[in-house]
Amino acid sequence: MKHYLLYPGCSMEASARAYYDSLMQVAEPIGLELEEIKDWNCCGATEYLGISLTPAYALISRNLALASQQANGSRTVVAPCSACYLNLAKADYYMREQPRLGKMVNEALAAGGLAYQPGSLDVRHLLDVIVYDIGLETVKSKVVRPLSNLRVAPYLGCMVPRPDFEKRWSDHEHPVELDQLLKALGAEVIDFPLKTHCCGGHMTQISPDTAFELIRRLVSSADHYQADIMATLCPMCQLNLDAYQGEMNRHFGTHYRMPVVFFTQLMGLAFGLKPQDLGFGSELVSAKAALTKIGLQVPQAPAAPPKGRKEQGLPMPKPLPPRGSRALAEGEVQK
Amino acid sequence: MSSGNGRKPAVTERIGVYVCHCGSNIAGIVNVQEVAEWAASRLKHRGVVIGRDYKFMCSSLGQELIERDIKELGLTRVVVAACSPHLHEKTFRVACERAGLNPFLMEMVSIREQVSWVHTDKEVATLKAQAVVSGGVERVLHHEALEPLRVPIHPATLVVGGGIAGIQAALEIADAGFPVYLVEREPSIGGHMAQFDKTFPTLDCAACILTPRMVQAGSHPNITLMTWSEVEKVEGFVGNFEVTVRKRARMVKEDLCTGCGICQEKCPKKVVDTIYEAGLGYRKAVYTPFAQAVPKFPVMDVENCTYFIKGTCKACEKFCPTNAIDFTQQDQVLRLNVGSIILATGYEIFDARKVSNYGYGRLANVFTSLEMERLTNAAGPTNGQIVLRDGKTVPKSVGVIHCVGSRDRNFNNYCSVICCMQSLKFAHLVHERTGARVYNFYIDMRTPFKDYDEFYQRVLEEGTLFVRGKVAEVTDAARLPGEEGKLIIQVEDTLAGKQRRIPVDMVILSVGLEPRPDAQEVARRFGISCSVNGWFIEKHPKLDPVATMTEGIYIAGCAQGPKDIPATVSQGAAAAARVLGKIQQKELALEPVRASVLEERCSGCRICNSLCPFNAITYHEDRMVSEINPALCQGCGTCVAACPAGAISGTVFSNEQVLAQIEGLLLLNLGEEALAA
Amino acid sequence: MPQRQVAMLGVVVEQVRAGLRTEEDLSLLSEVSASTAGVSRLEMCIQCGTCGGSCPSAADMDHTPRMLFAMLRAGMREYVLRSNTPWICVSCYHCVVRCPQNVHIADVMYTLKGMAIKAKLYQDSTAPDFSRTFVDMVEEYGRSFEFGLATRHYLKHFPLRLPSMTPMALGMLSKERMTITPKRIRQIGQLKAILKRAKQMEATNGHGGAS
Repeated sequence: MKHYLLYPGCSMEASARAYYDSLMQVAEPIGLELEEIKDWNCCGATEYLGISLTPAYALISRNLALASQQANGSRTVVAPCSACYLNLAKADYYMREQPRLGKMVNEALAAGGLAYQPGSLDVRHLLDVIVYDIGLETVKSKVVRPLSNLRVAPYLGCMVPRPDFEKRWSDHEHPVELDQLLKALGAEVIDFPLKTHCCGGHMTQISPDTAFELIRRLVSSADHYQADIMATLCPMCQLNLDAYQGEMNRHFGTHYRMPVVFFTQLMGLAFGLKPQDLGFGSELVSAKAALTKIGLQVPQAPAAPPKGRKEQGLPMPKPLPPRGSRALAEGEVQK
Repeated sequence: MSSGNGRKPAVTERIGVYVCHCGSNIAGIVNVQEVAEWAASRLKHRGVVIGRDYKFMCSSLGQELIERDIKELGLTRVVVAACSPHLHEKTFRVACERAGLNPFLMEMVSIREQVSWVHTDKEVATLKAQAVVSGGVERVLHHEALEPLRVPIHPATLVVGGGIAGIQAALEIADAGFPVYLVEREPSIGGHMAQFDKTFPTLDCAACILTPRMVQAGSHPNITLMTWSEVEKVEGFVGNFEVTVRKRARMVKEDLCTGCGICQEKCPKKVVDTIYEAGLGYRKAVYTPFAQAVPKFPVMDVENCTYFIKGTCKACEKFCPTNAIDFTQQDQVLRLNVGSIILATGYEIFDARKVSNYGYGRLANVFTSLEMERLTNAAGPTNGQIVLRDGKTVPKSVGVIHCVGSRDRNFNNYCSVICCMQSLKFAHLVHERTGARVYNFYIDMRTPFKDYDEFYQRVLEEGTLFVRGKVAEVTDAARLPGEEGKLIIQVEDTLAGKQRRIPVDMVILSVGLEPRPDAQEVARRFGISCSVNGWFIEKHPKLDPVATMTEGIYIAGCAQGPKDIPATVSQGAAAAARVLGKIQQKELALEPVRASVLEERCSGCRICNSLCPFNAITYHEDRMVSEINPALCQGCGTCVAACPAGAISGTVFSNEQVLAQIEGLLLLNLGEEALAA
Repeated sequence: MPQRQVAMLGVVVEQVRAGLRTEEDLSLLSEVSASTAGVSRLEMCIQCGTCGGSCPSAADMDHTPRMLFAMLRAGMREYVLRSNTPWICVSCYHCVVRCPQNVHIADVMYTLKGMAIKAKLYQDSTAPDFSRTFVDMVEEYGRSFEFGLATRHYLKHFPLRLPSMTPMALGMLSKERMTITPKRIRQIGQLKAILKRAKQMEATNGHGGAS
């Protein structure tokens, strides 16, 4: 059992209820022990940072302080929500990079009887922990209903793979972690070029035109690549792409019906759990049609004609092994 | 002479102290006249017979002052207080020598870099200058007359690397009548230049200007060409290197091979050529890299040869008309004696796969500059046709991206010098051969040398579209009409102030230059160092770019840093000139600043052996003592400090000298004045 | 130049003519740097345009990020703080990871937002109001409260959109993805004390972050 401190974030309680429910369902089978930080507060999302610096970081750091108080043996905080993850990670990183900020934040925390030593906790995203700590082999071993024939577009959003100060991800632009996880679940993963492009975040409230354009780009691209469903790991992205898809369609006069779910929901399905326990049905663009495709028998495509001896075109360079020793090469076993 | 209360014996030396103004560099802060007068009066009891100050001691008049005093006043020691010894120590040593005084009886102390340039309080600076002079006086009393070390110099030279730099150097030395060993790792000499099509700014065909030199080098009576070979070990010292070279087995008997090429033709195993064809073309398992290869003998790639893998085939052997194929050939290990070594090992291009937002390796029609060179080369995989990755389609629009992997803290933070010109060259070639629309995306346009900016003007006239902006992304995800099926370059046109999405058929990445991946290892093998960015370090970045800190080892070409072909050729020639200069002297005079081991004190602990950065210390098993080779020793002093038994001392930096200098600095010598008076 | 910018220019030019100000305020760069978390490296910008090229919402900005920084370094305080650029920034960090000089662009945008709010120089109050409302909720309950945030925000800024938003709102409510009442943390007093102290420090020191 791997033990972590969990920072759920406000969305997990309401708008991203499905994420929370499915996470709770899949955590036990894969040996992921999550202890919620007691009395955690909102991290401020991207709102407080644009108002004033010290209160914003103090707000975030109260959670780090509570976590370090509560930590018994574990020194890793797991945040499934991208904005929360980035806020916690940034707070810790900037306080280390610029000690003055750390001093000011701790002075503020002291007014509440708390303190946080920058660097004393690791902040990691849920996907990172599942792929690198739990391991894809473990995940694969729990799969009883492979998601075969389901074409999934992996969508990570922007705040998880970037800025990535601690270099946990294989690449800033085209990371392979979510792809590999979905493959381990048996799904057909499409090479989605916009997998780390921004969904617009809170722009739906600030400047809807901007937001709808960003949402349209993502949905239309997934549609262009004939994805049945998009798998994401960020509550904000899911909200924008799912809940606002109707608005976006109205704005542009389009008729997309691209379901967007959380990757943990797909994990649960592959583990043989019931869809209603995993939060299915809470999405505004229904995923029912896509789910019926799983495990369908599709007639075998005719065998490809034998390749002629003459090579077609000029050779391509071989792909680079993913950055650093963290990421796995194709098919490599996690130790 | 030790510190303490013991009386120092009377001093019999006659010391001259010379304090330089250095214009206002020193005199602006230090009262130089006062220092000179102080030395003459307060250090009289320590042997100072004259103290002078002068505006520019390094000038001929300044030097003459010293020379005259040596002759007329019978000086036996000289102390010059001026700039750093790095600059003028030699000047004053030579001046003393001219006047008949052993040059090593002169000590130079710095009152510029160490006093006037780092202090602003004039009183304090003057006092410090006095102390520094006093230290110099005490030290020089312990100096000994020394003679430079003379070692013979072997007339042969080793040139490592057969690119244009190495070829130039080898030809110059060989033409002067001296033997050269030219060692090259690849099957043929020629280096990167042999891969290019045209060279900027003249648009000369690279092969046409290079191959004559290659042929000359290959057939020169004074050049021993060793290709498919690598240097394994370097021992010895300047003038007398012993180099171990491994000549790898080609599996071809050079005395029988005629270079007819039938083996290559008949070989059934095709392999992607990642070196010469930059991964864009193929070669066989037995191959010569290109038609004009020198030497003409093919090599066998045993890792891909069917016979070595499965034990079958042997087609090359069957068809060879002269029976030159030999599957049993072994590597040859040769030991060469040379006097000088020139390292001209060249560069590697930056791996564009690292810049994932440019899509190289993922998007088919994104090419690197080296791949583009092979495309445009008439002898390349497409016979000089500029086509897309499918091998057939001619692009109608091309984007050339500058600064890929250069000037970027995420990759290499230096400028690679040649990419702007190379990108302009590509723009011209694309225009000429395809009539396609060409965009060049740049941050700054760097065209500094002869005819370079004129070339830029030419490319402007041809109608190339320039966009000032570092490309943010190359993508195939279409968004707007007209983008389907194209590569879209997303960039901010900074001069127009707008973000643009420009659809093109083909993207060329002008990648930067990097040191060879094994540069550090090679440097270690030869006893030189690499800079932070991995290039070989020159002796002085401005004034001595071809020498290194290790005597006898020179560097030339891109191994020292990115540069264009004219500069590379110049450096190759410069290194050759240096070597020839040394060879002409027949003997090398080495500075006698050396450490030596007092055998009776050496305990044989060998701590010094591994500390020596120049591998100058050997251990004698029979006598159980270490010995320092005076020719290799550079006088750094590391072993002197490290020896726990105090058994090592250096000429020009003995323990007595250093301790005396410290006493002088602390003005402990002044107390004697009253006693000596 | 867009209409807005012409108006901006008019204001500045008038004041310059009246001798009320100079156009340049070269202290702007150091002020922004000091108020940004971490080390901003804003002075290292070589104006290459990677940020402007990467920005997914650049088309809606008055100035591309690069242009904004050029104006910032030129000390054009009014232009910079009136620009809508920081408010259109979506914090996607594309610019940050691609910038060849490692400038912390997205965090500078946050700083500019705060400065614009303090100086009341933003053109459109939608974004600052949204942030303010969000933050008020968090300071009151310790958690964000979307329902309260949305209603207050739409009533103030997009009242005409409310009817069309109703289907979505109902959808969210029925699927229990939104609650009508706020959640609260237990130790709200502790949080309030911390934030109070933080605001005091911000006011006295003027800035946290890099010195």
